[in-house]
Amino acid sequence: MTAPLLSVRGLRTYFDEDARVVRAVDDVSFDLAVGETLGIVGESGSGKSVTSLSIMGLVPSPPGRVAGGTITFDGRDLLRLPERELRGIRGRRIAMIFQDPMTSLNPFMRVGAQLMEVTELHLGHSRAEARAHAVAMLAQVGIPDAARRVDQYPHQFSGGMRQRVMIAMALSCRPQLLIADEPTTALDVTIQAQILELVRALRREIGMSVILISHDLGVVAGMADRVVVMYAGQVVESAPTVPLFERPANPYTRGLLLSVPSPTHAAGTTLYQIPGLPPDVAHLPPGCAFAPRCDRAAASCRQEAPPLVEVAPGHLSRCHFARDVYALPLAVRA
Amino acid sequence: MTAPLVSVRDLAVHFDVTRRALPFPGGTRTIVKSVDGVSFDIQAGETLGLVGESGCGKTTLGRALLRLVEPTRGQVRIGGTDITALRSAELRHARRRMQMVFQDPYASLDPRMTVGQIIAEPIDTFGLAAGPARQARIRELMATVGLSERFINRYPHEFSGGQQQRVGIARALAAEPDFIVADEPISALDVSIQAQIINLIERLQRERRLTYLFISHDLRAVRHTSTRIAVMYLGKIVELGDARRVYDRPLMPYTKALISAVPVPDPAVEAARRRLVLHGDVPSPIDPPSGCRFRTRCPYAVDGCADAEPPLAEIEPGHFAACSRLSRERPDLDAG
Repeated sequence: MTAPLLSVRGLRTYFDEDARVVRAVDDVSFDLAVGETLGIVGESGSGKSVTSLSIMGLVPSPPGRVAGGTITFDGRDLLRLPERELRGIRGRRIAMIFQDPMTSLNPFMRVGAQLMEVTELHLGHSRAEARAHAVAMLAQVGIPDAARRVDQYPHQFSGGMRQRVMIAMALSCRPQLLIADEPTTALDVTIQAQILELVRALRREIGMSVILISHDLGVVAGMADRVVVMYAGQVVESAPTVPLFERPANPYTRGLLLSVPSPTHAAGTTLYQIPGLPPDVAHLPPGCAFAPRCDRAAASCRQEAPPLVEVAPGHLSRCHFARDVYALPLAVRA
Repeated sequence: MTAPLVSVRDLAVHFDVTRRALPFPGGTRTIVKSVDGVSFDIQAGETLGLVGESGCGKTTLGRALLRLVEPTRGQVRIGGTDITALRSAELRHARRRMQMVFQDPYASLDPRMTVGQIIAEPIDTFGLAAGPARQARIRELMATVGLSERFINRYPHEFSGGQQQRVGIARALAAEPDFIVADEPISALDVSIQAQIINLIERLQRERRLTYLFISHDLRAVRHTSTRIAVMYLGKIVELGDARRVYDRPLMPYTKALISAVPVPDPAVEAARRRLVLHGDVPSPIDPPSGCRFRTRCPYAVDGCADAEPPLAEIEPGHFAACSRLSRERPDLDAG
């Protein structure tokens, strides 16, 4: 077996707030193989975005800091690289796209100039080379009339087209890893379908690995090879995509899957609902963070934090009752 | 058959954006036809789901029904009253029976008022209760939407998004309405909270025989909550019918594309599905395409589609679509 492209081990990213330490990411581990797509699913406060910012070395500091763990990319620990070397990796070998393209594009610069900046810096392109490359990238991500639009400003593009510009910029150095943080959340479903189709096609062409962060289980089901589910800063379940959706082994994952209205739901039936609210990571209960909302929680769950249990090869669940949950049929849907 | 609770005829909302946004000195008038001639009914106790992409006019339509924006033409009747003909004092009185739940719960709540004051406002405005009865009513409403009465003196910022939406729903209920326009009530909420709010909205409908216009871009949620679904595109309703019929057997190519774009949380379904991916963006509502407004993105468009605007026609019993290529003889463009 070849070494993974990216290996995150025991990552802890904390934020110092007043006198408290908020453990936004608390002992997170996962691997990503070459060409693989990993979906990271979670609600607000789950730590999914902070995990990706930690990989990129973009955690705002202070108040944030990576307090422990390793992030090994292609054999090197990113957390121990000097900033100069990290800059050569970030944007060139690891690229990131965000939910809102407008906050990531400079409104005062033509999109072409923003694209050219990337390849002039990372690939040493001359201006002419960079411009030709910018036009080619815009065309590759499906922007019509790229040679003309390269000279336009971000506000002259629609939301979907801006997201394409972002993707063109992210992919202009042919990165080995693309981190996409809620890339389609702000878009309409038909535009979302276009963007996901584009990421699929480019993934095949470039052969890159992808980390796709989303709250939408449907998006992840259609894109990912493996899925990591996060809750309160921790990985609560991790599995190849099909087993995760067919036989979730964690009550939280199971609850999320059951609570999404599905086309097979009979009309007039009440949706399954997870009670309570997503946790405030600054005030976590002792024991399992999900226990207050879990319909299976026992006394032990409120005292002792559960370990990650391997219920099947490569299928992990952080639950005292992981094997029992894994044995349940996901039959409430019908 | 009883008269519908809500009856909308040829409703249009046009915005004149000539000078405010665009620097054309003395130039041509620029009109955004946000809602451009729609007609439909909502039966008492029914939920009509209204779907469409950003800019299609669904929010403007919802607001125009309550006259939160002034219609340019057309008629809205709610419970027999012609809302469009009311003077402002009468309108204020009529508003008691029609309320709204907003997408962004925090923005829709006054940050300087406590939850108790927010819920009391409609009770006081319409003089529905006073003294101890008023206090009891506030507590009862909080309990109804699942808020502990301990929170009565708290402010909106102290709550999560889901709890804020519960406050917004309690405020709408406080007026004792028959009809509620819910504009994207779940889209700002976490996934685990969305099911809670959907269940709450549905329970309230059963208990109080409420009638809803449920506006959402989330087709999964709309299919779940709605009796019938109306699909909007560039200011027009292009398909209307029974919710399961529209979702499971859509007629319009646009509806097919919308539904085939909805991600399903089942990897087997996702791997097997055939997508109808639309190309391009929604055209501008300032200058919509001639004839059928969807023709510029429609994979089935022919030359004739540019000529006349297709009316919303009954293709199957109770199932309407606005497409000149569909007919009773040929209800499926894929079939041949």
